[in-house]
Parts: sequence; structure tokens; C-alpha cells
Amino acid sequence: MTSHSNKQWDMIIRPSGGLFDLKLHELWEYRDLLYLLVRRDIITVYKQTLLGAFWFILPPILNTAIYFVLFGVIAKVSTDGTNPILFYLTGLIAWGYFADCINRTSTTFRSNASIFGKVYFPRLIVPLSSVVSALIKFGVQLILLVAVLLFFLIRGENVNPQYAYLWLLPLLLLMMMFIGLAFGIIISSLTTKYRDLTNMVPFAVQLLMYATPVIYPASIIPAKYLWILQINPLTPLIESMRFIFVGCDQINWLMLGYTLIFTLVTLFIGLLMFNRTEKDFMDTV
Amino acid sequence: MSVVVHADQVSKIFRLGDVGSSTLTEDIRAVYYKILGRENPYVKMAVENDRTTGVSSDYVWALKDINFEVNQGEIVGLVGRNGAGKSTLLKILSRTTTPSQGEIKIKGKVASLLEVGTGFHPDLSGRENIFLNGTILGMRRSEIRDKFNDIVEFAGVQRYIDTPVKRYSSGMYVRLAFAVAAHLDPDILIIDEVLAVGDAEFQAKCLGKMKDVSDHGRTVLFVSHNMGAVADLCSRAILLKQGMIIQDGPTDAVIRTYVQQNMQVKLSDSSSLGDVTVRRGTGQVRYEKIRMLNSFGEEVNEFFQGDKVVIEMSIKINDPINELMSCIAFRSGRTRDIVTTTKRNKIDSPHFKSGDIIKIRYEFPRLSLRPGVYETYYWLGDRSAETAFDVVDNLLPPLVVKLPIETNELFVSGYFDEPFTFEQISI
Repeated sequence: MTSHSNKQWDMIIRPSGGLFDLKLHELWEYRDLLYLLVRRDIITVYKQTLLGAFWFILPPILNTAIYFVLFGVIAKVSTDGTNPILFYLTGLIAWGYFADCINRTSTTFRSNASIFGKVYFPRLIVPLSSVVSALIKFGVQLILLVAVLLFFLIRGENVNPQYAYLWLLPLLLLMMMFIGLAFGIIISSLTTKYRDLTNMVPFAVQLLMYATPVIYPASIIPAKYLWILQINPLTPLIESMRFIFVGCDQINWLMLGYTLIFTLVTLFIGLLMFNRTEKDFMDTV
Repeated sequence: MSVVVHADQVSKIFRLGDVGSSTLTEDIRAVYYKILGRENPYVKMAVENDRTTGVSSDYVWALKDINFEVNQGEIVGLVGRNGAGKSTLLKILSRTTTPSQGEIKIKGKVASLLEVGTGFHPDLSGRENIFLNGTILGMRRSEIRDKFNDIVEFAGVQRYIDTPVKRYSSGMYVRLAFAVAAHLDPDILIIDEVLAVGDAEFQAKCLGKMKDVSDHGRTVLFVSHNMGAVADLCSRAILLKQGMIIQDGPTDAVIRTYVQQNMQVKLSDSSSLGDVTVRRGTGQVRYEKIRMLNSFGEEVNEFFQGDKVVIEMSIKINDPINELMSCIAFRSGRTRDIVTTTKRNKIDSPHFKSGDIIKIRYEFPRLSLRPGVYETYYWLGDRSAETAFDVVDNLLPPLVVKLPIETNELFVSGYFDEPFTFEQISI
């Protein structure tokens, strides 16, 4: 068949095509599905419990309390002279969103196997909808953060939010979303075949958190270990976030640029792997 | 006639056994070969998919060189026994998996129904599920909005449309799910027979909808080993065996081949013994041979109404048992309802020791079933009927009851030819 005569066909089913045939245009055709999946997640969370929103804000409050007592009171870890509660809360909420993105997307293939086996649609819609609906939870937590911030501002505590940099917040979120998505789809692609990887995910995410200045400032890290934080693309995201809300740390534009490149590269790798897996994972799952 | 589906040399390879630890190196090699643009080395190792012989390779062809074309408006049945490759072909056509080689070209919008209600969420209302399921099946929201009232009406759930579907009765649930699928309006509908499982009313609706679709000039691919439904709906059938097309033609001829092929099924074959999906039962006792004979003692499976039907069986005792009962049932090929069954008959033996072969014989002196295709169901078990030793369910040729020569157009439906008298008692 020449390429000319193929024009009369609407669809051609072929063996797993080229590595780079990502068919991203299909995602656009299925945008309604993305919308409805996000809607489903929101509705089902609120239908499950009247206290839906409460369960969103409880974990960061409890975690903040725990770290405040363990690190702030007992171990006396510095928070660079800023309000420790706000320091922990901001870091934990930001990290929470990233971890949520990984956790929700890393089981994409296995938890949707029954649907994927029955109907074709671009599989990427599912993890995409997960990271978008995770934003809802983040939004609720953000309200909590703003409330706590206001409380300290009114009491005249040492907090110094940088309103001028608020515009950066959506970009930080997008980068967290896409790094989380990229990690998640890479993991979910690998776990269709090498299933034991699943067990390592919670541990790895936890480890990554300790390698990121979430519950401590970078300033307490000895110079010879600082490189760990510097190669960690999540460091500038968390630090910038804290700069905006608490006023400590700083925005390192060079590091943010590195994170942006890292995001794009991992996302591309993730898409390649996901694309490869979605075509015939039904045979291996 | 324009061709709307064109399958060209479609093949699919499956890896048998454990997919796991040892595959990492194989994968790396396969990727390496792919980058070099060479053929996957593991493709060459695949052997013909034959479950009855011991397979030496870890790879089998689930499909091998499938070529066919479907014209617009045709209803084509894809038939074959379990493991013939029907489901694999269906999965490739519905794009849930990819072929290993070859390609299929399709003209027009395709909807494949491997199940109804995919993605239904129990906590969502009927309305929300219609939209969710519809978009999963490839509809746009605007399209669903336009058809929304029709869908709700078709399903008959107007009053409950804002109730979570977990509170629906199972009938309502299935009706709603099917209603969405029924309003897809595809050019080509690919439909799996598992859909036709459910209550009789629903099956009738399903099959009716398929006829409907084709009446509007649309194309239907129907995958089934339900010969009755295929004979009923399809003008053309494609017979698959061990991943290859062995016949493609008018339904009658294909069904005849299918039946003849299955005549030769060896019941004593050890491969089917262990296969729970094919052969249920504990295996303590197995049918060795089952033959359907006419009044001349010839082995046939087509009869006229009123004919004598004899079924002879050899039964082999593998493990000692205490008691043995046998029974036969015939099931409608279309709805899969059991239409007639014998009582359980006790088989006597002084010992029932392993290795014994017992012969039994059923005789139906005058067949009263109406013309049609009836699946056969042969059962061996104990008195309680709780333990089945062997169940040969739709594994052997169906019982085909043919129209009598003096065809009377006035009787066509129903299962039995019940004796009756007719008189008019007034004008």
C-alpha cells in the first residue's frame, strides 16, 4: 500500500508503531473525558463524606504539629528564624501535592486494567485527570495555609509573604504537577511488567522528601552534602513556595530553570514509556 | 459495495508462562533490535497455537496471517472454539491491544462493545454516568446532550436519573448501560457475545439493536461461539481455528464446517482434561466418547422434527467413586436457556474401579424440538448433583433440528411442538 491510497481510511491499526508516535492530538479529541473524570473524582469525594474537605486539611495539620514538636521543640532544628508552623505547613502542603501526583498516577495501568481492557481511549487521559483532580485537594489546603498566614499576620508575627511573586505560584504548581505525572507514569509503565517496584514507591517518595528541604531549611545542611539538594529538581520548587508564603529562603532563578528543563525531559521520557506500555500492556498485566 | 474493514496479514504473538524476572534481558534485546530496525528475534520463535500438542516454544501465534475484508452493511460473524483467536482479533479491532504484525484499515467511526457500562461509578447518578460512559466510548459531551433524552427513555429510568446507580436494580443498571452503547451511532459496530449474556429480554434487545444497526446500512462484526445467534443474524461468517481463518463464506456453510470440525473433538484428550474453562468437573470420571446417531446408526447431528435421536456414550472411571449419575440437556443456541433436560439417570456397577469403561445410551424416540440450533450439555456427577465429575458443555456439535420438507410459514417460533387441537366455536 502506498501512502496515497491510505488516505481513504479513517483508522489504521498497526503493530506498536514508532517510539515517537505519541498521538497527542488524540488527547485533545478526548478533552471531554478529561473533564468528566475530574468531575467524577470531585463528586465522589464529596459524596463519600460530608467532611470530605476536612479530611483534606487534617493530614497537613497533624504533620505540621508532629514536625513542630519533633524538629522544632525537641531537636531544635532551625527554620531560619521564621515562624516554624508556617514553615512546616507550607513545605508539607507543597510536598503533599507532588507526592499525591506520584501516588495517584503510579498505579494507572493496574487499577484501570478492567476499563483499559474493554475500551480504547488515550490512556494518558487517566493520569492527567488524576493530577488535575489532585489540585482540588491542594486548593483546599491552600485555603488553610492562607487562613493560618492571615492569623499570624494579624498577630504581628515574623512572617513576610512576598505578594509580588504570587504570579509564580501557578508555574511552580505546573512543574510539580508534571514532574509528579512524569514519575508516576514511568513507575506505572514499569510496574506492569516488574510488579515488585510498586512496593518501593512509598519508601522512595518518603526518601525523596528527606532529600528535599521540606521540613528543614537548606541552610542547616553541611556544605559537603549540599550538592544533594542542588541536583534535586524539587528543591527550588519548595524553596520558592516558601519564599512566596513565608518570606524565608529565596528564589534561585538558575535552579528553577534547571527544574523546568528537568520537568520537560522527564515528562518526555515518561510519555515515551507510557506510550510504549499502553499499546500492549493488556497482554502482560 | 465499498470495503470498510480491510485486515492484511494480521498476526499476534503471545508469550506463555511466567512474564517476569527473566524477561528484562529479552526486552533489552528486543528494543535493541527495534532500534536497528530489524525484526523482533522472538517473533521467529513462535509456534502455531495448538493447545492439544505440547508446545516447545514459549511463544505462540494467537493469530496468524489473518486476511479479510468487510463490506459496508454486512453483518459478519466471527466464530470458532475457545482459544481459536476470536477474542484476540476482537481486542485488536477494538484497539485494546496491538497486532504483532500486519495491519487493519478501517473506514468510518468504530464502536466496540466488549461490555456495557465501562467506567460506571456506583456513587454517580444515572445522569453523570451517562456522560462519563459516553465520553469513554468516544462521544463528545455535546453529542450526549443531544441524545440524552433518547438514552434515558430507551433505558426507562426517567424517575431515577438523578439517583446514584448503586441504588439501581441490576436490570435498570444494565438497561442504562446498554442504552448509552445503543446510541453511539457508529458506522461499524464490533460486538462481543458476552454482551448477550443476561436475562432473555435484554438479550433480545441487544440482538434486536444489532439488526437495527445493520438495517441502517451500518456494518456489524459479531464475535461468538453461539451458533444459533450467528445463524440468525449473520449472512456471512468467518471461522477461526488455532489463530487462522479456515473458512470465510455464507453462514450456513461455515456453521457446517464448524460442526464437522468439532465432531472430531477427542473427549479423552488429556489436554482438555486439565483445562477448567473447557472441561469442568473433578475428573474422577470422564466421558471418553459421545456419539449422536440417527435411526440408521449413522453419526450425524442434523435431524428433522419427529426423527429418532440416539446418543451413545463411553464413560471412563479414573478414580474410584461411590455412585454415578448422568444427564443430558439441550440449550437454545440463541438465548442459551436450557430448553429441555433429562432427569438424572443412575448408572450401576458392582465396583466402579479405575480404568473401567461403562457404556450408556439415550434414545429420544420422536424429537419434538422446533427447528433451530441447540447446544449440547452432557453431565456426570453424584446423586446430590453438587459434585460434577465431568461437564461437556457446548464442546461437542450442537443438535441441529432442520425445517421439515413441507415447510409451513405459519409456525416459526417457540421451542416445542406441543400436540394440540384447534376448533372454532363461534363466528
